[in-house]
Amino acid sequence: MDHALAALTERIRAAADTRESLRIRAGGSKDFYGNTPHGTPLDPRAVRGIVSYEPTELALAVRCGTPLAEVEALLDSRQQMLAFEPPHFGETATIGGCIASGLAGPRRASAGYAYGGVRDFVLGARLLDGRAQLLSFGGMVMKNVAGYDAARLLAGSLGVLGVIVEVSLKVVPRHAVETTLRFELDESAALRQLNAWGGQPLPISASVWRDNSLLLRLSGSAAAVAAASARLGGARGDEDAVGSVWRALREQSDAFFAGDTPLWRISVPPTAAPLELGAAQLIEWGGALRWLRSQAPAASIRARAQQLGGHATLFRGGDRSGSVFTPLGSGLLAIQRRLRTQFDPLSLFDCGRLYPELSRADNAR
Amino acid sequence: MNQHRIVAALRAVLPERCVLHREEDTRPYECDGLTLYRQLPMVVVLPEEEQQVAQVLQLCHAHEVPVVARGAGTGLSGSALPHVNGVLLSMAKFNRILKVDPQARTATVQPGVRNLAISEAAAAYGLYYAPDPSSQIACTIGGNVAENSGGVHCLKYGLTVHNVLRVRALTITGESVDFGSTALDSPGLDLLAIVIGSEGMLAVTTEVTVRLVPLPQLARCIMASFAEVTDACHAVAALIAAGIIPAGLEMLDQAASRLVEPYAHAGYDLDAAAVLLCESDGTPEEVEAEIEHMTTVLRASHATRVQVSRDEAERLRFWAGRKNAFPAAGRAAPAYYCMDGTIPRRHLAQMLLAIQGMERKYALQCPNVFHAGDGNLHPLILFDDSDPDSVARAEAFGAEILEQTVQMGGTISGEHGIGVEKLDQMCAQFDRPTLDAFMAIKHAFDPSGLLNPGKVVPTLHRCGEYGKRRAGAETARFPDLPRF
Repeated sequence: MDHALAALTERIRAAADTRESLRIRAGGSKDFYGNTPHGTPLDPRAVRGIVSYEPTELALAVRCGTPLAEVEALLDSRQQMLAFEPPHFGETATIGGCIASGLAGPRRASAGYAYGGVRDFVLGARLLDGRAQLLSFGGMVMKNVAGYDAARLLAGSLGVLGVIVEVSLKVVPRHAVETTLRFELDESAALRQLNAWGGQPLPISASVWRDNSLLLRLSGSAAAVAAASARLGGARGDEDAVGSVWRALREQSDAFFAGDTPLWRISVPPTAAPLELGAAQLIEWGGALRWLRSQAPAASIRARAQQLGGHATLFRGGDRSGSVFTPLGSGLLAIQRRLRTQFDPLSLFDCGRLYPELSRADNAR
Repeated sequence: MNQHRIVAALRAVLPERCVLHREEDTRPYECDGLTLYRQLPMVVVLPEEEQQVAQVLQLCHAHEVPVVARGAGTGLSGSALPHVNGVLLSMAKFNRILKVDPQARTATVQPGVRNLAISEAAAAYGLYYAPDPSSQIACTIGGNVAENSGGVHCLKYGLTVHNVLRVRALTITGESVDFGSTALDSPGLDLLAIVIGSEGMLAVTTEVTVRLVPLPQLARCIMASFAEVTDACHAVAALIAAGIIPAGLEMLDQAASRLVEPYAHAGYDLDAAAVLLCESDGTPEEVEAEIEHMTTVLRASHATRVQVSRDEAERLRFWAGRKNAFPAAGRAAPAYYCMDGTIPRRHLAQMLLAIQGMERKYALQCPNVFHAGDGNLHPLILFDDSDPDSVARAEAFGAEILEQTVQMGGTISGEHGIGVEKLDQMCAQFDRPTLDAFMAIKHAFDPSGLLNPGKVVPTLHRCGEYGKRRAGAETARFPDLPRF
């Protein structure tokens, strides 16, 4: 074990001895996300570096403190990419934070081989759990059913199971060509059209709708993109300008995301009806992700999201004192509590960021 | 609890036709697709409604009776091997497709629906369910969820875990829980990711919603011959390096080609050391461009013959050999033992050479067919199951392949699961803290430990015994004959 990892392990052991509560925080680029955490900050960034990258294996192993930008630049130099197009939310973003937050960008609902969220591309992970034990799940190969798929469980876990010190990811070839088409459509028409296109063999890699304007990104071979463009029609934008549109969308630097009004992230089936919550809205992922700027009470927003078959997260702003995420049903909560307790019996890492109720005693048994 | 009492208790919650306990009735359930391991269950139940499944589980939980769930029984690792003192819970009667939603591109089905039946139902809408394990005409989606099944197209389209949106399941206490949803994510920890591939040890699946994808307009397949196995392996790497993700990328070595050709008449080049099948699918424009690109790469990688399917009939003929490899092996020898390790692709050639060495060492033949695109090997060890010595050599052969797999940084199972078959090799692949973490996960879902106990995660004791045997193996050639 190298020095950085040994030091991190020692730090967790010391915390265990004194029952000190820890809050895992690397670059802090996603400090805004989740419930307000408590505990002493634990910075794992000394554990960093590329462990292995073999472009012909489509696999990358990297340590948690490695800057996300460095990972992406490396992949880009070999014409590959992270399929899930993760947001950085700042230059300090690390790969560890990217996995722990589990947030995917515009390409999440892509057609073809790039489809999927963060967990879909996780092949393996090494975790320092609440006993300061180093656990090794999964591996470097993309077909692997030995043992439970615990590495994928870590995507979006917000650190409650321990420190993700290393992750291996499936990477994919960068598409040869990308182009963006624009259509003038109202919300209902856009949702209908997106779902209709989703059922056809079209190389759609991202979509965004707002203010009666729908942008569609096509990605693939030159032949595929040209054929789809010809078939779909729509207006083509200046390629450089639209490139920055997708970046601004991913990073939420777009004007829609500015200001202090609470930002809600509403995840619903793509065919869900319009939200009709009377607030500014931006729609991604072919209709499956709806961003809302609203001061309305959480309960009314959640009720509508659940009615539509989804859930609502208070993504940025508003009250972060404990109910940022949609509450879990009793069955799911009981399992998640027991899981958390199994990985971290002393509750070192349960800083309250995911669900404060995860640390309450499990009376189910 | 003895058989008499459990049968009586089960009959109180199930119709008589749903409870089997006489040996002639339970015998068909004694094994799954891995016939080396057999065990009669105490009783077999075939419930017809979800409420009945919940009652069976509650009853087993109350009386501390182990429960082993079973789909079509096509699994290849003994995951559905019955428990001697347990209930075998067949989900075969849950065979209805509940809904195909062409707009949302989903299908909601009961767990006993066959994999292929989903694609057949979706075809009317120009959609299909992508994961296609070789057993897809028989295997069920419930079993696919349990095993995280793959198939020949998963390099491009993913495994079961990438194509299932939601699993409704019952816990051992009979409580219904929804994992995932038809939205693209769910709040909290992603338990769906862990339920898929958990081999029936965490919960019993009662309903599954899968993602459907558009049927490609066209698919064409290239059949390429190579004079050297290493050339074929390098061609695989070259295709990936060129930024191509083939819809399917499969390899057969010469022994496998010669085994299947008389049976399937696929037109394989029997003089070639290896045959590569490389498929492109998509729109006609996409396929045309990709086939040209693939052909260029294959020729540059020293392919001695490159043949592109001219029509659908020819494409299916190319695949017929690969898909019939298992039945052909069954015809060539009294029995075969199919391995399932995955290794980083760069070690493919080295692994094939190592297997050739093992063929001599164990005096058994081992043709190889494999998912070259993702490094998932299926060596088929041919042996005689009526000869104990042959059986022992086959098992030692298989164990050595798996250990080699781990040494190369791979995994002992790419898609068939651990079940009971690869319990020992789990000790080689994972350290004790990680195995204990698997046990902890099991405990979080099933604190009573009654769902499919004894599978997947080896006990500390078992790993200790395995370690001693491996140490002894240096001196004794087949130290563990009685292990079957």
